[in-house]
Amino acid sequence: MILLAFLLQTIRIAIPYLLAAAGGVMSERVGVIALGLEGMMLAGAFGAVLGSYYGGSAWIGLVCAMSAGILVALLLALCTLRFRANQVVVGIAINLLVIGATRFFLRLAFDSASNSPRVDGFGGEGSGLGVLASFSNPLVWLGLIALPALWWLLWRTPFGLRARAVGEKPEAAATLGVNVSALRLRGLLLCGVLASLGGAYLALDQHQFTDSMTAGRGFIALAAIIFGRWMPMRVAAACLLFAAAETLQIQLQGAQLVPSQFVELIPYVLTIVALAGVVGKSVPPAALGKVE
Amino acid sequence: MRRTLYLLGALVAAHLLLLTISPSGATIAPEGEGLDIGIVFDVGGRGDKSFNDGAYLGGMLAADSLQARVRYIEPGEGSDREAGLRLLAAEGMDLVVAVGFIFTDDVLTLAREYPDVKFADVDFAVATDSLGNPLPLPPNLVALKFREEEGSFLVGALAALAGGSKKVGFVGGMDIALIHKFEAGYRAGVMHVCPDCEVIAQYAGVTPEAFKNPGKGKELALSQYQQGVNVIFHASGSTGLGVFEAARTTGRLAIGVDADQYSEAPGHVLTSMVKGIDAAVYDAAKAVQTGTFVGGVRVFGLAERGVGYVYDDNNRALIPDAVRSRLLALEADIIAGRIKVPNTR
Repeated sequence: MILLAFLLQTIRIAIPYLLAAAGGVMSERVGVIALGLEGMMLAGAFGAVLGSYYGGSAWIGLVCAMSAGILVALLLALCTLRFRANQVVVGIAINLLVIGATRFFLRLAFDSASNSPRVDGFGGEGSGLGVLASFSNPLVWLGLIALPALWWLLWRTPFGLRARAVGEKPEAAATLGVNVSALRLRGLLLCGVLASLGGAYLALDQHQFTDSMTAGRGFIALAAIIFGRWMPMRVAAACLLFAAAETLQIQLQGAQLVPSQFVELIPYVLTIVALAGVVGKSVPPAALGKVE
Repeated sequence: MRRTLYLLGALVAAHLLLLTISPSGATIAPEGEGLDIGIVFDVGGRGDKSFNDGAYLGGMLAADSLQARVRYIEPGEGSDREAGLRLLAAEGMDLVVAVGFIFTDDVLTLAREYPDVKFADVDFAVATDSLGNPLPLPPNLVALKFREEEGSFLVGALAALAGGSKKVGFVGGMDIALIHKFEAGYRAGVMHVCPDCEVIAQYAGVTPEAFKNPGKGKELALSQYQQGVNVIFHASGSTGLGVFEAARTTGRLAIGVDADQYSEAPGHVLTSMVKGIDAAVYDAAKAVQTGTFVGGVRVFGLAERGVGYVYDDNNRALIPDAVRSRLLALEADIIAGRIKVPNTR
């Protein structure tokens, strides 16, 4: 029973990481640094609430979330692919922009700078915490299959082969007739869709949007990507590991055995230990962040 | 080259255009005699249905009954806070109100820089010397502090008496002394009426982000409810919205903070520990107007009606009469000094 509760909580915490990390892997595999994940998630969260509020259904919320993610991805693509701006700088700028923009539109739509009214989500009131309730949320399923599906896309389809080629050696891909920019654009848009769904999960799970509600989850997803060495299945494992550490932290803190500050360190210590060589050498896509 | 020049021209034009726009915030009272009050909000800003809205209410009250002109600024991140305060001080406001402990250093600096402007800071963290004595404040700065531990004591007693479980929960935001006050009072209240009860206290994090992470708040609360907790008191800003969400999901109870948070989860809010931020801000404004403003630390506790808990038509059904009278007796004991409520863990 305790094990089941632990497992379910781990999955609930992991879903936003899994979705955002899937987007991040896609983006980095085509050679664009995924620093804007946090912003895409936040935009997705806001879009989901806006859609669900005005559309009256969580499904419309999902559509709006994806549109918001695509919008942010388009902006990112415009800056990095069209104007060849520094991807790190653009990524950080996008994150800041989305924090401000969501706050601005929150004020415009709901006359509050901090949270939205309650909206429809996927779980009803008093639905409990059982297995059935947890898996009635379609985003949970999406989150669980996102990275395996991405593995299939990247390693088993012509699109995937080209995408990886563009991320490793764009010149070579270009000489073989691959449209590098168009492919990167598609990768970025897919990234925007996936990351925004991660944000939508957070917002619909809370039934409302609150200012900066992603609280750094995009960066944890980014850490999972590096920890997982840009390999979808390893990244999925990393996301689940980070989520399990967080669950452990929540449960340990409840048992009051160790101070909360120490427990808070667990995910970061795990990351550092892993990066220090336990998982072997990390090799990012060769053309990652390169402006040709 | 030409493109660069166009761009530069456009930027200059945009800049000039922006200069004509008055800084953020709106004047809500008509021009006339009376005070000029500036309020700078904490993280969360207006519409948080809690802390900031309390200060907003105080400002509105001053606008209505003192004919004050009130201006609000909602800072974005970090350095904007100091800039917001400075802007208001430089404009010669009569009173500048900073909402939140996070302004402590900025407001202290500015109070020294602008001795003619009066400052008030809600939850100002008074610095102490090496012996633990509070350091003196500038004469134009009043620190509005609340005995949150006293209100928390009462809701703790309520949670133990009306919760129906030997386990009661607490979810804090950032793990700092200000929030420990809530936990300490709550814990003492629980233990006073139920010595063999257990308090499960958890914090959402160690950075200010911990006040705006509802996802984390929900998971903390869910794990507490699963351990057999029936009532959770939160002191965690918008992180607490996740606690209410967890209460809805599991059908249990939560206790709100700062303002009446009944509407966050109707039927699942046992009560709210309220802070009279509105009254404190209004009093400060009134003191400035009548010329009775004195700098220093002002503390609002149960005796001053600065803290309390909600008991109205919404939650009367959840609180038996016997419990209500027990709470009234405890309140009287605290005011009379027969019960000393701890403010540290």
